[in-house]
Amino acid sequence: MFWKSTYNEFIKIAAKPRSYIGLGAITLLIGIVLFALKMDGLTYISFITAPFEQSLSFEGNLLNGNTMAFIILQMLIIHIPLLVALVTGDLVSGEAAMGTIRLLLTKPISRSSVLFSKYLAGCAYTFIIIVWLAVLALGVSKVIFGTGDLMVLNSDGLVILQQTDVLWRFVSGFAVAFLALVTVATLSLTFSCFSENSIGPIVSTMAVIILFTIIGTLDVPIFDRIRPLLFTTHMAAWRSFFEDPLPIKEIVNSLVVLVVHCVVLLAIAVYKFKHKDILS
Amino acid sequence: MPDNPEKIIEVKHLAKNFGKFVAVEDVSFDVFRGDVFGFLGPNGAGKSTTIRTLLSLIKPSKGDIKLFGKHLGENRNYILRRIGSIVEKPDFYKYLTAEQNLKIFARISGATVSNSQIHEMIEFVGLKGREKDKLSGFSHGMKQRLGIAQALIHDPDLIILDEPTTGLDPQGIIDIRNLILQLKNERNKTVLLSSHILSEIELIANRMVIINKGKSLVQGNVIDLLNARELLVTIQVDSTEKAIQILNNSRMNLVIDSYDANILQLQISQESIPAVNKLLCENGIQVFSIEGKRKLEDYFLKLTHV
Repeated sequence: MFWKSTYNEFIKIAAKPRSYIGLGAITLLIGIVLFALKMDGLTYISFITAPFEQSLSFEGNLLNGNTMAFIILQMLIIHIPLLVALVTGDLVSGEAAMGTIRLLLTKPISRSSVLFSKYLAGCAYTFIIIVWLAVLALGVSKVIFGTGDLMVLNSDGLVILQQTDVLWRFVSGFAVAFLALVTVATLSLTFSCFSENSIGPIVSTMAVIILFTIIGTLDVPIFDRIRPLLFTTHMAAWRSFFEDPLPIKEIVNSLVVLVVHCVVLLAIAVYKFKHKDILS
Repeated sequence: MPDNPEKIIEVKHLAKNFGKFVAVEDVSFDVFRGDVFGFLGPNGAGKSTTIRTLLSLIKPSKGDIKLFGKHLGENRNYILRRIGSIVEKPDFYKYLTAEQNLKIFARISGATVSNSQIHEMIEFVGLKGREKDKLSGFSHGMKQRLGIAQALIHDPDLIILDEPTTGLDPQGIIDIRNLILQLKNERNKTVLLSSHILSEIELIANRMVIINKGKSLVQGNVIDLLNARELLVTIQVDSTEKAIQILNNSRMNLVIDSYDANILQLQISQESIPAVNKLLCENGIQVFSIEGKRKLEDYFLKLTHV
């Protein structure tokens, strides 16, 4: 019954027009970024290389697909949570708003199975979003700009990664980005269990992300203790895969924090959904 | 009905509070196999809350619910597999077609439902030719028909219909009424029917419970309950003034309910009608017609306006 319910959830997500907003927005945004960089990318790259030009000489194709993918990932990963929450925040509350939850929960399937079905479908949707992002950011960029070494500017300085050493880093980076987005999906699903309309969970999810991000970036000692515990602090963990050497301990720590968030939020969602009186 | 009919639903002292608000205070009733059971009560009486509790949409605060002889709390999935229901409005996924909606709910109904069964059911409820249309273009009546289809698709033993005729046109109401009778007579289903249209219950239910302010007031066989009290008898005469005088001077136990120039309404037992007729005729009153009725509406209003 669980798999039949999950299949139902896939059909619902696939049939909802709002599910395509995310894919459309990513396509449009990446299209605009690639077009702009194709037209005037060297100026953009010079912002990165300028501070080092007195001590280093740069050769080869600096404006390549790998660099484009990194730039795009850095730009969009902050905004994609909204596109994910647009669908996952609607999974339970959308049924309540439509009234279909009455029919759904009078069927012989446990409430926790219904919720896990929705969660699994939400994770699958998030996966599709990430894969689409990867295809456009990495695949299409390489077709347009060709390949080359990746130049990354981070807090420690400039890191240059050989093109043969980049693909596994992107795959790992996208995998961690997926986990970060699954955390966002879990948060919005949890809010969704408390709400009777779709807007509330989506807005609440974004409000939490904005609040936590502000707390994470404010250099105030009072937040030092809680900053490492906020999931938003670890949403940029994908970037660690583009450091040399790899900060394994930091990556593992980020993975643990994100997974713990998913488990705790899901437990709250299950408890609420199982004990909820359906009054809509 | 057999001597020991199987109880399909047993509700004992059901109560449900939402904080301080008492939605259901003390509701008890039994539904037997093959019943079309009327669940009657004014708005806010607690009908929908009770029905939602039977379907495990709401957890009761107190009381005991058994369906098919098993406790609802411990046997939820077993019980729900044997129930088909519509709770209030028939809401579906607007972005899916009628057929897709039916398949979605059939898939998790606990039964294996083939495509041909889906199409048969669509035809049964009169939606053939519209199965590929999205629900966004469906009228309320069409959604109600689809609601019936999803309630029946897995061939349940018990069908719970909460206000199934709300918002339907007269033809739609007749269609639903005929469908319920068809389910009882041809498919031997048990039906729990909540409705605010009292005449509907009177026409199709064989047993009923009346609830008000969260309490069940009376339950039993519809005909027995209606005949248990005095009838409201309407008599058309040539002069109500004379007729009232004659009736008041007689030693008959009757109550004059209302009157105008030619119409007189009395509350009397069915057995007293011939005697009243005889009395009026013997005293020179021309009696044009006598009509005795115990409408459920009167009975219902009397009970719920105490």
